[in-house]
Amino acid sequence: MRYSGFRILQQALTGQKGWTPAWRNPDPQPHYDYIIVGGGGHGLATAYYLAKQFRQSRIAVLEKGWIGGGNVGRNTTIIRSNYLLDGNEPFYEFSLKLWEGLEQDFNYNAMVSQRGILNLFHSDAQRDAYIRRGNAMRLHGADAELLDRDQIRRDYPFLDFDNARFPIKGGLAQRRGGTVRHDAVAWGYARGADQRGVDIIQNCAVTGLRIEDGRCTGVDTTRGFIGAGKVGVAVAGNSSRVMAMAGMRLPIESHVLQAFVSEGLKPVLPGVITFGAGHFYCSQSDKGGLVFGGDIDGYNSYAQRGNLPVIEDVAEGGMALFPGLGRVRLLRAWGGVMDMSMDGSPIIDRTPVDGLYLNGGWCYGGFKATPASGWCFAHLLATDQPHPTVTAYRLDRFARGLMIDEKGVGAQPNLH
Amino acid sequence: MIINHPLLGPCDAQEFTYLGDASLLHRPDGMAEGAEAAFVDYAYPRENPAGLHRELWFHEQGDRSWLVVTRDTVTHEITQVELASDVARREGRSR
Ligand SMILES: Cc1cc2nc3c(=O)[nH]c(=O)nc-3n(C[C@H](O)[C@H](O)[C@H](O)COP(=O)(O)OP(=O)(O)OC[C@H]3O[C@@H](n4cnc5c(N)ncnc54)[C@H](O)[C@@H]3O)c2cc1C
Repeated sequence: MRYSGFRILQQALTGQKGWTPAWRNPDPQPHYDYIIVGGGGHGLATAYYLAKQFRQSRIAVLEKGWIGGGNVGRNTTIIRSNYLLDGNEPFYEFSLKLWEGLEQDFNYNAMVSQRGILNLFHSDAQRDAYIRRGNAMRLHGADAELLDRDQIRRDYPFLDFDNARFPIKGGLAQRRGGTVRHDAVAWGYARGADQRGVDIIQNCAVTGLRIEDGRCTGVDTTRGFIGAGKVGVAVAGNSSRVMAMAGMRLPIESHVLQAFVSEGLKPVLPGVITFGAGHFYCSQSDKGGLVFGGDIDGYNSYAQRGNLPVIEDVAEGGMALFPGLGRVRLLRAWGGVMDMSMDGSPIIDRTPVDGLYLNGGWCYGGFKATPASGWCFAHLLATDQPHPTVTAYRLDRFARGLMIDEKGVGAQPNLH
Repeated sequence: MIINHPLLGPCDAQEFTYLGDASLLHRPDGMAEGAEAAFVDYAYPRENPAGLHRELWFHEQGDRSWLVVTRDTVTHEITQVELASDVARREGRSR
């Protein structure tokens, strides 16, 4: 069923009785050409583009829980392409371009809102670093704009501009950045993939990767063995656990990241703002809640919940930037398990096992990557060649000294 | 989280910084045959288990000792805390 304004009117007049489920609930077949492990944003987008863009068929997505129950439904929904390094910026800009046409492409309202993102700076050195990053972005065709205090004051008059320790000196804005309704991304891709014949199989955990003569021939699951021509793994925080089934150790640690949402308020924050002197970022959802977060907790964790010290740290950052926040009540807090790679950048690559492909290492920033990650992973699965924007995301870059370390902090995941 | 320091008793985990997997105690010999591959293996890949994990914590805001903490990464429960120097000696790492 195609969604449109006309359809809404028609359904309103006929008692809303004609809506059909957005995707089927099929039983697994014995064999597929492509199995995607993980029904998060990346896995569903991969299946969608495999079917739509690369015209492949006989595709299944296997999800151990329900689609959208992982990080794709837990993140703070920010999209942007404000990276510095050559290995990253073209990929994230490709992703931002895909976001711009996504809703028409998959015929689903994902509430893509280009309300802009503003990174504040608080010192001269930080200003210089942001100018450099803005120039790098523009060289790759992205938009970036340096704003001074007065320009920022117009949109954000309530920030603490003259904070004694961290006065706001300006900011780097990317106006095409913004937010997207995260669940709708999973649902839109799922529906689009399903319409093109992809089997989305929920409550089906992969428990083993079957490898014969160095080739992956299928997966053992809680619903039995399923054979496959090619297996693509896109399980985010669980990457190490699934790839261990093929005897691999990944350059990844799993860490917990928390996020918070306040009670609903009238519109106050027009875009996304980030504090440059501590780790705090904030936007306002269309329901009115302030959505904010900060650092990862900093120790290995698969718990999907964090601890109090980080909540305190995030709140302190928020208060330093935005003192009015202290009067707002917190509604909810939650956590998700991040696949923190050793250089803070992702991996989209083949593996030493034939027919087994990996998409992981997204750290705390993989939501914005969802469309391009799906597209590029589908490209790799269908053609066995990397898409031009992901040639740097190799699994062997660590051994070859070709790390993509945006922050320049070395092989220490809790510093990225 | 509370880390039960072997010398100081229970301490808030906030007093510590976290380094990672305790296998980092076993730094390879840079002069040995195949040192390059050994260092890649030391620096980058990790077991990253869901369950018991032996890991290095540094008591930065305390006595500045290194500890080996055994913690469950699914529940955050800490079951064992040792001085890293004791562990290193036991595992033949220090003089
Ligand atoms: C609190 C928080 C805030 C964030 N904020 C942002 C942000 O503002 N901007 C941004 O760009 N990114 C953000 N991120 C990061 C982003 O959410 C992730 O990088 C991204 O969602 C990961 O890809 P995914 O959607 O495919 O992951 P997931 O949705 O986690 O998908 C992986 C799926 O694999 C499934 N799976 C695991 N093991 C198996 C198995 N054995 N068999 C079958 N299925 C399995 C899981 O159940 C899960 O559904 C944030 C993350 C968190 C936690």
